[in-house]
Amino acid sequence: MITISDLNKRFGRLEVLNSINVQFESGKSYAVVGPNGSGKTTLIKCILGMVVPDRGEILVDEKSILQNSAYRKLIGYMPQIGRYPDQMKIGQIIGMIRDLRNDETQIDEDLIKEFKLDQLKDKRMHTLSGGTRQKVSASLAFLFNPPILILDEPTAGLDPIAVEILKEKIHSEKSKNKLFLITSHIMSDLDELSSNLVYLEDGKMLFNDTIDVLKKDTGELKLGRAVATIMKRNLKATEV
Amino acid sequence: MIKIAKYVLYDIVRSRFILFYAAFLLVVTFSMYSLDSDPGKSTLSLLNIILLVVPLVSVIFTTTHFFNSYEFIELLLSQPVNRRTIFMAEFFSVALALSLAFLIGVAFPMILLAYSAATMYLILSGLLLTFVFVSLAFLASVTTRDKAKGIGVALLFWIYFTLIYDGLVLYVIYSFSDYPLEKVTLILSSLNPVDLARIIILLKLDLSALMGYTGAFYKNFFGSNFGIIYSFMFLILWTGVPLLFALRKFAKKDI
Repeated sequence: MITISDLNKRFGRLEVLNSINVQFESGKSYAVVGPNGSGKTTLIKCILGMVVPDRGEILVDEKSILQNSAYRKLIGYMPQIGRYPDQMKIGQIIGMIRDLRNDETQIDEDLIKEFKLDQLKDKRMHTLSGGTRQKVSASLAFLFNPPILILDEPTAGLDPIAVEILKEKIHSEKSKNKLFLITSHIMSDLDELSSNLVYLEDGKMLFNDTIDVLKKDTGELKLGRAVATIMKRNLKATEV
Repeated sequence: MIKIAKYVLYDIVRSRFILFYAAFLLVVTFSMYSLDSDPGKSTLSLLNIILLVVPLVSVIFTTTHFFNSYEFIELLLSQPVNRRTIFMAEFFSVALALSLAFLIGVAFPMILLAYSAATMYLILSGLLLTFVFVSLAFLASVTTRDKAKGIGVALLFWIYFTLIYDGLVLYVIYSFSDYPLEKVTLILSSLNPVDLARIIILLKLDLSALMGYTGAFYKNFFGSNFGIIYSFMFLILWTGVPLLFALRKFAKKDI
């Protein structure tokens, strides 16, 4: 569904993405893991066309995303920090996005209902807490029933009940042959939600396989310990 | 694009700045015409205020608006919306809102109090200047990353075109006063949108005699239909060229 070949991006002298080659397939759920500043968010923003790569190609549904915007119909995106126009109300934001995409027929308002956002629809965005913003972001990502979902730190800032609602939603959507890309630092969440793991460090992709292979490879039972093992392994490799 | 522009315009009107701007212009225009019994003189005083205020407000409003709607742009970019569409919607909403304020604040009382060909040119030039400086301010905004720098660069455009440029032109004319400079000054003033607007109106107000021989030359040139078309063409170029650069820059900008 998403094919990335030889993707490179620099911010000034800092090499954020270094020759990334990867293929994400429908029906699988990928955990994107790596230390802070390893290029996870930049990779996601490249797929969304918010960051323009210096070199390389990204194909979504076998079409190049360069100079193209229609492919974003296929993607639901939940940003790490949802930033919204301060003066707009929750209801207005959701209304505006729906108005912009009024040709969509499949509307999925489950999360809006379950997060009880319709009761908050007259609240302005700047009065909201971080967690409520995350709820708005999540609801928008799932709103048009897209085949690809990119969730950047979806559970950060959400209360335990909301986390469970979101996880439940991800599980139910996963069974509909959708592609998930999830970044997180909470390994237990990823262990639960994803089938594959992509490990990034310093803009390089150092691991890409299923989580089962990773666990077998490192001899660990928990994803957190397995990831820690490959992180340490890389640390030693660079020291040598 | 119209759908997005609708939301941008809604946001602009909500901020009320545009209403203050229109009210300010309205007060200035009315007071200018009530101060002097000769409407020609009032138009001239108004001209000087407009040439200073319109570019300044356009530049400041545009840059602050652009940086304040960063979140809005970010949100739209995660949706299937073209970057060019977003940019053009932003540009036209800002330019139209400012133009509307100008029409209410200046054009409406002027047509009411002192309708003449010169006032019509003043209105048209004011509108074009709004577009020119909105376009320049968008260029300044997309090329910088933070708000302070953006406003700084945009203000630099304003200071350059309203103050520094004239000084430079005067210096050139003074240093080369032994040579025939009519054509040179014509070209030099085409390179400054504010000067272009000023010349058109001064000629229409029949004040070219104040500018001596150059004034006569200008009258000969700008007084003709060709001259008018030439100057308006240049003002449109002054809108289009920076806008095109800004659009290209925005299409490749990392958000």
